[in-house]
Formats: sequence, C-alpha cells, structure tokens
Amino acid sequence: MRRIISILMENEPGALSRVIGLFSQRGYNIETLSVAPTEDSTLSRLTLTTFGNDLKIEQITKHLNKLIEVVKLVDLTEGPHIERELMLIKVKATGAQRAEVKRSVDIFRGQIVDVTSTVYTIQLTGASDKLDAFIGAIGETQVLEVVRSGVSGIARGEKVLSL
Amino acid sequence: MEMLSGAEMVVRALQDEGVEYIFGYPGGSVLHIYDALFQQDSVSHILVRHEQAATHAADGYARATGKPGVVMVTSGPGATNAITGLATAFMDSIPMVVLSGQVRSDWIGDDAFQETDMIGVSRPVVKHSFMVRDAKDIPEIMKKAFYIATTGRPGPVLVDIPKDQTAPNVKNPYEYPKKVKMRSYAPVSRGHSGQIRKALDELMKAKRPVIYAGGGVVQGEGSELLTQLAHRLNFPVTNTLMGLGGFPGTDRQNVGMLGMHGTYEANMTMHSSDVILAVGARLDDRVTNNVKKFCPGAKIIHIDIDPATISKNIMAHIPIVGPVQQVLEEMLAALDEHGGEPDRKALERWWEEIDGWRKVHGMRYETNEDGPMKPQQVVQALYKATKGDAYVTSDVGQHQMFAAQYYQYDKPRRWINSGGLGTMGFGLPAAMGVQFAFPEATVACVTGEGSIQMNIQELSTCLQYGLPVKVININNQALGMVRQWQDMQYGGRHSQSYMESLPDFVKLAESYGHVGMKITKIEDLDGAMEEAFALKDRLVFMDIYVDPTEHVYPMQIADGSMRDMWLSKTERT
Ligand SMILES: Cc1ncc(C[n+]2csc(CCOP(=O)(O)OP(=O)(O)O)c2C)c(N)n1
Ligand SMILES: [Mg+2]
Repeated sequence: MRRIISILMENEPGALSRVIGLFSQRGYNIETLSVAPTEDSTLSRLTLTTFGNDLKIEQITKHLNKLIEVVKLVDLTEGPHIERELMLIKVKATGAQRAEVKRSVDIFRGQIVDVTSTVYTIQLTGASDKLDAFIGAIGETQVLEVVRSGVSGIARGEKVLSL
Repeated sequence: MEMLSGAEMVVRALQDEGVEYIFGYPGGSVLHIYDALFQQDSVSHILVRHEQAATHAADGYARATGKPGVVMVTSGPGATNAITGLATAFMDSIPMVVLSGQVRSDWIGDDAFQETDMIGVSRPVVKHSFMVRDAKDIPEIMKKAFYIATTGRPGPVLVDIPKDQTAPNVKNPYEYPKKVKMRSYAPVSRGHSGQIRKALDELMKAKRPVIYAGGGVVQGEGSELLTQLAHRLNFPVTNTLMGLGGFPGTDRQNVGMLGMHGTYEANMTMHSSDVILAVGARLDDRVTNNVKKFCPGAKIIHIDIDPATISKNIMAHIPIVGPVQQVLEEMLAALDEHGGEPDRKALERWWEEIDGWRKVHGMRYETNEDGPMKPQQVVQALYKATKGDAYVTSDVGQHQMFAAQYYQYDKPRRWINSGGLGTMGFGLPAAMGVQFAFPEATVACVTGEGSIQMNIQELSTCLQYGLPVKVININNQALGMVRQWQDMQYGGRHSQSYMESLPDFVKLAESYGHVGMKITKIEDLDGAMEEAFALKDRLVFMDIYVDPTEHVYPMQIADGSMRDMWLSKTERT
C-alpha cells in the first residue's frame, strides 16, 4: 500500500542524508521525496511516499523516529489528508495538436506557462494520480520532458504536525 | 568566562565528563588536540598500534565498566581504520565517543590530503554524528555526544573536528553545559504500567514459561532485578551470547545459552514454551533459526528500550518499551500488588521435563586418548585456573563459542565478545580496555590463531603499559568455524580455511617482551594455566594446540526450528 510519511526535522546539514541513508540501508524504497524549511527556519518538513504493508511501515516509522534529528512524524495515509504534487511538462504542440493539448490542459485545470511555435510548457498540480492521468490523456508520444516535485501532504481538519 | 582554544575545549570537555582514558593514535589533523592533551594529566591517552584496536579497547572498557569508551583518531586513514570498531560497538549497543580529526574547513570537499567524508562513511554504523563547524559549539557538541552515546539504547557517537576549529590561537569562551536540551531526542524512561500488568497476567497463567535474557540486561544494569524476578517466579532462564552473566551461569534455573550453539535444554525449553519473557534481547537470526518455525506455541512478551527492536523479526504479543532496569523494577513492584501466583503445579511438571532435557546432551564431547587435546578442555581448564572469576574477552570463531559454553559467568560484564558484528581481532584490544579499567583483575583473552593475527600488533601496546593480559590461543591450525561449515555443508572442501605458515607464537610473544608458552599435551594444561595466572604482572601468551577436527555442538540445523539441532557429528534431533 502506498503511504505518505511526513516528517518534521531539524534543519541541519546532514539530517537529510540520514533519512535517505536509512531507507537504502534497511532496504526500503523511496518513491517521491520533497523537502523544504518551514515557517520556523530551524525546522524542515520532509514528505516522502513509499510502499509497504502495515508491519513494514511501522518498522520504517520506528527507525525514522530513532534518528536524532527527526522531531516528529506522521503517516498521513492513516487519516483524511490533502495530497498535492506539482508537474511541469513540455509537450510537442504543432498543427491540430495545439488545440487538442490546450483542451486537455483545460480539462485538467492546468496552465500553459510557456509557448513556442512547436512546444507548450504546462503546469499542473494535483494528487499524483491526476498527474499520471494527464500524461495518459495527452499520449506519451507528445511528451518531451517531465519534472515532478514529489508529493506534499497535510492532514485535513484541525490536526497539525508541529512542535 | 574562561577563554580556550578548540583543542583545549575538547580536552576540557573530556575532563568535565570524567573521562579516565582516551585510546588513540595521532596524525596531522589532530595535532592541536594532542598538544592540549600533553599539557594536562587527568585524561590519560593510551597509544595503540592500530586505530581499529583503539576502538575495540574503548569498547572493552565500556563493556566492562558501563562507562563510555573514548577514542581519538586522525582524519583519512586513521578515521577509516576506526570504522570496524564503530560498527562492532553499534551492533552491540556499546556507548562510545569517537573523535576524528578532519582537514581544515575550507579544504573540505577538495580531496585534500587525508580527507575522507567520515560523517558519510560512518553514517550507517553510528548512533549519531556531529561535525564541528564553529569552535564555539565544541562544549555543547561534546556534551550532546556523551549524552546520546550513553542514554536510551546506547551506541557510538562520532565527532568530526576540522583542524582549523582546534587552532591554538583562536580562543572562545568555555562553559560546559550542565544539561542537554534536545527537542528531537527523548529516550523513554519507564515502561507502560498497563502493559506490565498484562504481562504479569500472562506470566501467572503460564504453564511452560521461559525468560530469555539478552545483552540489554547486562548493558542496562538489569541483572540483579532479573535474578530476583526469576527466583520469585521459579522460571527457567536462558541467556543469549550477549547476555551471558546477566543471570548467574551456575544458577539451578539457568538452562544455558540458547540459539545456534545453545544448549539442547535451552533450545528445547524455548521451542516448547507457552510464554516467553524476552528481556533486552533482539530475537535475531542466531537465536530464532527459521522465524516461521519459531516457538509455535509461545506468546511473546518483549521488553526493550528500542521500539524498533520489538516485532522486527518476531511479532510480540505484549510489547513493553523501556529501560530494562526500570521496567523490571516496575514489574517486581506490580507483582507484589498483583497478588497472583505462578502456576506452581504446572511449573513442577515443566521443570521435570527440562531436567530430562538436561540429561540428553549435557554439553558432552569426546576426548582423545592419546591424540590432541580438545578446545573444550582448554576452556574448562581456564575456568578452573581462574576460579570462574576472570574477565574473559574473546575473538570470533569456534573458540568464542567454546568460551561461551564452557565458562560459567556468574556476574554481568565478565564475558566480553563481539556478538552482533562478529569481529575477528576484537579480543586482544578489548582485553586491554578491560585491564585498564580494572588493573588488578584477571583478564583472559580467548582467541584463535586466525583471530589473534588480526590485531597481534597490540602486544606492543600491552608491553608499553604493562598490561598483564593472559592470551589463551586455542590453536587448531585452522579457521575452525569456517572449516566446520565446510565440513557440514560443502562436502569437507576446506577452501582457504587452513592456517599454514603460522608464526612461532612463543618467540613472537617473547620478541614483544612477554612470556610465551606452548602447550601440546593435556597433562601439561592445568599446570601451565596455573603457572601463567601466577605471573600477575606479566602478559602470558599461551599457545595451546588442539584437535583441528573438532566441531561446536549443539548446532541448530539451518532453516529449522529452534529444536532442530546437530548434537554431534553423527546425531541429530
Ligand atoms: C574480520 C572477520 N573476517 C572474517 C570473519 C569470518 N570468520 C568467522 S570465524 C572465522 C575463523 C576464525 O578462526 P580462528 O580465529 O582461528 O578461530 P577458530 O574458529 O579456529 O576457533 C572466520 C574467518 C569474521 N568473523 N571476522
Ligand atoms: Mg583457529
């Protein structure tokens, strides 16, 4: 099962490498990863997605919690949550395709953020499966380049991950 | 406030931590610190002959005393030589602080002379690490390093110190912090009382209980309480390789070590049990054998300080996270309140069954009439000569297993070996650390002719500091443990497990300024042992020739359950 683990950790050099190192060292996979400082510049928020059954995820979170720089963490997939990912995608757009691609962008509520005579650069945000669906919808042959930010997530409602 | 250079701060912090010994080896990037060490005399520096030995010596010191071992090495090769020692301490949860020099801050990343990314290289084998980026931070970093190394599940902590941060001409105010404040690190201090009560309920109902005690009992100072609990309940106790001495080896309730080379009765007791109280143990693969066949009828109560250890390999029915000592204390108190009694009738039947198992194998082995002596006889002679009261360190191999099986450890911290990593070369430097901690104590290093050669250079350190360690070299002229597996699983093809061209260990010991003895006949063994241990202030290297064909038994059969064992070369369960 796919999980989104959100980690609040000390914004210190070396902290990120310990998290990443833990995954490779213990044979776990990281599917996506995104990290940036929070409103408190001494803390970073790291979101990663991984796959595993309950047992494996429990083991991963226990080991993450043991890392000295990890302050708190939560498995967002355990409760209602909002998940977003940003994608920048460059696609071939010539002739009739231009209108076709534009239509798909509108349907998916994306934006064309750069244009040349043969290429559209599109920005799209949403849950990861929506981004996957967009790539499917325009047909892979059109795609020149894809950049994805990795998943960010936050719990719904009053629940917060903070000190 | 006092103004100190970074180098002086490092040394002052060691003093403020009450460090007696630092094991190390100098080099370019730590010269400022060595100069500061030179100008004081409360911290003694012990000069080893190889940085790996410095880490094992500090480790041995820590295992014997419970205090953190401290090491200093230079950057690059000095630091990388310390890696095996860090990994050894990490696997066995030993508190240790390793200070490594680093090239100047502005050279980091430039492939400077003797630059290694030590933080990166050591990351998977340390509990935590620090890089000094500003000399002002040294007091706080040192305080945190010792705090992290010694609290929670202990482990080695590395402090990497670029040379410029220790420069003698740059002074900063020094004040050693009294307390550590870390929002991201708060080790648990007690067990969950509800879980403890649940555990007691199970223990009272148990008809075939067993206490399975690991290294956490020794490291976590839980031996006395565990012994009290076991006596009150009259449950059988089995110790892991790391846990030997955590419950007295000669106690009637002790069924011996369990696991791969555990006793028949210990493995049978585990396999047939209905409730297992695992205390400070990891349920690792050397104990469980095939996890799918592990103790099919048992409910597992697991006490450990590290939540990640619980249910890692085997699902625990009642997990209790907390320091072993504290949890056992709470458990004993709760037992008073609980009012329940263990099932005495069932226990009587259980003990009958266990006593029956005790007669099946009884750690017997065949002796040779005229042929070479047996390694087991050597350990038994050692036990006799030292009246069971020595500190015994060991290396890794068959001799290690014999030393675990045939020496009875009645006290914790007496049996010192690399259980988790299985590091050949550990024994002699570890013995040095123990001897420094207890100068008057009898310290024996049980080793093999393979292992001893991995850190033999330390005989020189022993001479320099007058360490009267007794080296018991169980010489089977082979990498015996490797050979045993080749006998059992590879049709006796002894690929690279021979030890030809052995040195003359007697002459070797003598050339290092020690006493050497060669023993080849069983009738000389006891006398030689007595003679060696009577030489109170000399290191004696006893080179004892034993049967190269001997195997360690019992031995669990790979992929089986705990009760599937070879009992000799020809009998199996
Ligand atoms: C550093 C290291 N290298 C290799 C091994 C694998 N190994 C385990 S036991 C053993 C043989 C040890 O030989 P010896 O010290 O003579 O002990 P014996 O088994 O003969 O008693 C070897 C090579 C190890 N444990 N550690
Ligand atoms: Mg050998």
